[in-house]
Amino acid sequence: MSTKKGLNLTLKIWRQKNNKTKGQFETYKISDVSTESSFLEMLDMLNENLNNGGQEPIAFDHDCREGICGMCSLYINGRPHGPDTGITTCQLHMRMFKDGETIHIEPWRSAAFPVIKDLVVDRSSFDRVMAAGGFISVNTSGNTLDANAILVPKEDADKAMDAAACIGCGACVATCKNGSAMLFVGAKVSQYALLPQGRVEAQRRVLNMVKAMDEEGFGNCSNTGACEVECPKGISLEVIARMNREYMSANIDHE
Amino acid sequence: MSKLDSKNPSGPLAEKWTNHKNHMNLVAPNNRDKIDIIVVGTGLAGGSAAATLAEQGYNVKAFCFQDSPRRAHSIAAQGGINAAKNYQGDGDSTYRLFYDTIKGGDYRSREANVYRLAEVSTNIIDQCVSQGVPFGRDYGGQLDNRSFGGVQVKRTFYAKGQTGQQLLLGAYSALSRQIGKGRVKMYNRHEMLDLVIVDGKARGIIARNLVTGELERHSAHAVVIASGGYGNVYFLSTNAMGTNVSAAWKIHKRGAYFANPCFVQIHPTCIPVHGTAQSKLTLMSESLRNSGRIWVPKNIEDAQAIREGKLKAEGIAPENRDYYLERRYPAFGNLVPRDVASRAAKERCDEGYGIENNDTKEGVFLDFSTEITKKGKEAAIEKNLHNPTDQEIYDLGKAWIEEKYGNLFVMYEKITGENPYVTPMKIYPAVHYTMGGVWVDYNLQSTIPGCFVIGEANFSDHGANRLGASALMQGLADGYFVLPYTIADYLSADISTGSIPTDTPDFEAAEKSIEEKVDFFMNNKGSHSVDYFHKQLGNIMWNKVGMGRTPEGLQEAIKEIEAVRKDFWQNVKVPGDANELNAELEKAFRVADFLELGQLMAIDALNRKESCGGHFRWDHATPEGEAERDDINYKFVSSWEYQGMDINQEVLHKEDLIYENIEVKTRSYK
Repeated sequence: MSTKKGLNLTLKIWRQKNNKTKGQFETYKISDVSTESSFLEMLDMLNENLNNGGQEPIAFDHDCREGICGMCSLYINGRPHGPDTGITTCQLHMRMFKDGETIHIEPWRSAAFPVIKDLVVDRSSFDRVMAAGGFISVNTSGNTLDANAILVPKEDADKAMDAAACIGCGACVATCKNGSAMLFVGAKVSQYALLPQGRVEAQRRVLNMVKAMDEEGFGNCSNTGACEVECPKGISLEVIARMNREYMSANIDHE
Repeated sequence: MSKLDSKNPSGPLAEKWTNHKNHMNLVAPNNRDKIDIIVVGTGLAGGSAAATLAEQGYNVKAFCFQDSPRRAHSIAAQGGINAAKNYQGDGDSTYRLFYDTIKGGDYRSREANVYRLAEVSTNIIDQCVSQGVPFGRDYGGQLDNRSFGGVQVKRTFYAKGQTGQQLLLGAYSALSRQIGKGRVKMYNRHEMLDLVIVDGKARGIIARNLVTGELERHSAHAVVIASGGYGNVYFLSTNAMGTNVSAAWKIHKRGAYFANPCFVQIHPTCIPVHGTAQSKLTLMSESLRNSGRIWVPKNIEDAQAIREGKLKAEGIAPENRDYYLERRYPAFGNLVPRDVASRAAKERCDEGYGIENNDTKEGVFLDFSTEITKKGKEAAIEKNLHNPTDQEIYDLGKAWIEEKYGNLFVMYEKITGENPYVTPMKIYPAVHYTMGGVWVDYNLQSTIPGCFVIGEANFSDHGANRLGASALMQGLADGYFVLPYTIADYLSADISTGSIPTDTPDFEAAEKSIEEKVDFFMNNKGSHSVDYFHKQLGNIMWNKVGMGRTPEGLQEAIKEIEAVRKDFWQNVKVPGDANELNAELEKAFRVADFLELGQLMAIDALNRKESCGGHFRWDHATPEGEAERDDINYKFVSSWEYQGMDINQEVLHKEDLIYENIEVKTRSYK
């Protein structure tokens, strides 16, 4: 085992009992955190300490802890998923922090993501946008075309894959000054718009998803680009441009 | 009397499924909306089943403990999905996929089920492509394939290193479409805590709303359990933190037999343990073994120098490296099945050749330098670069690796702080998948009528060891193409039943017993957190019910787990309130079940006096350390029947495995 001394940290963490009460920052101290530990393992340690001391642990969302399920969130020192880029909070490691540092930890803050408790928010608005059109309408018969009967240029397949890499974590919304979900919606619209299978109902899809997005209270895009910077999966602003194009042409065709 | 009727259809192997489908009862479209189905879990199996059943017209209620069905742990599968498409023209076929799966499973799975799996595998790829899953393609626009462990063909389809994610999002999209239509009622942040049986049939569940703490009664004509595997019994595993056995264990306690609990897959390529605060282990996809070579130093002094940081992997000359898989298994080399690769790594580390600087010195190298050079040279030829410099070759090779595995390399660097393009990855085996699970018949029905179990939660297809890229295949096969047919046969008797009321004594009693447990946890002012007990359990399981097992160790494990369980029920401490989000209370319910399951795993492992697949007994091994299977006495499925609080009293039922189409042989990858 490494004999290096661990980090001593001050944590300012947002505590909020539920969505009906007001929240506030509470200060906690934690010592001897291994630099090999992940950020969430540091929070596990803190919770174990709180529990042992008769205090209530801090609620935070997490599941796969390998950056793919999209369940973890957290605004750390003013940035979604913390100071590193291209990763989720669960992949953030304590070697990114210095001994003696004070770390601020907050939930995603957005009108469309109400706080449930402490650092946990309700992102079901994303699910409702998906249910409005985030699919290709094909039943599971097992009698579809042979997979190789649909040729897809490699470049399109790769671009569709890049867009499809979205994990639905909501960092784009959390970091956006307008609370816009256009990177999230644009990614899904782009994935399908780039594939021949998805073209058939591309117009209907983009109209329905954008309508649902607006109804959920997400803001508009003003091309700041913060979402692209903070996206743990590197989804490009291009998807928003493509969605806008799809949306415009769908509207023209429908008028 | 034993209830173990596998309902294996008669007739030739290749015609069984078609014949069976042709003679099953159907539910007519106009009757389907009179029938309610509960699906617990929304991974590949549950998500695809819920979507398909809703498409067909049934009323579906789906449950997941995560905040969205898109987050189920199927999402973390990296490398790929198998299908017998033979697009590469290298001799693949339904039969060969069937054969490889049975052999890979060390002849402990049911022929008919595995053949059906191989048969529908091709439909899965067609279906997923039509749903817009962006599989990897080549420049002609056709689908690309890669190779996985334990096979000699290229039949694995992939979407970069995120195949599970893309397949799950495909199923989630199909599910979302049905949610939007109102055909599926989705219950996020809900956990099933009991099964309700009415007149001998599964008729509903008790679920806890994890946000409000409310206990809810939900009724249906059939209940589908798709809650995944139980690897988290080891505390440290590659499973997601919330992955648990509770739904499967609750139905076991209500009468469903639990099959082969000791069959656990320890995956050879995971990032080694770093310390005591560690909460989970991270997998590095098996697909990396296509391009990486596994080695440890040949000289024990070099291994020690590496652990002490005095020597770097790059500093060890090729002739001083022991590529032990290539040495021991020349025919399959680095692509031997997972159980074989894991044991070989343990063998080297137990002998002192481990390279990781952790408490247990457990770690081996996965090295990409040979592949980088090889692919770099190939790319140089393609680009008409004559006499390329070493740097040019390296850059081209690196670009090739990046294209194939880029996200995995990034993930590795973020976690370890080391650049795997320069220095080899450090890896070690970790608990990854559980082949055992709830016993089901050919129709995927458990021993409780009306209670079906699909995906990793059942035991049916992988025998004693699962081949890479076959979990995704099984999840989608069960959910899209098998269950929707077999459940209709069962439900055809229910078209005039009418909706099942929940204000009945059975529902009341089930809810009350959960209520009492909640009260117990909230009022037991114990001294230790849930994790304290879970870590103890995990430690016992890893050391005594892990990669190498002995009768003495297993007997100790049984006693030690009993002691931890007793301590848990006296001294566990759950803070907070029951009527709000309370992660500690959720964990308490899950760990209570793991403590019972862990004991049964040790009992099952003790009972199976042979080595097969992931179950390796030191008292049943050749002098070279290879597994010794006993087909005369142990060619059966161990199926355990619950008898109450004392797990030692569980009764064993044996389902004999009959091989009519395949010759049972000693597995050899040499």
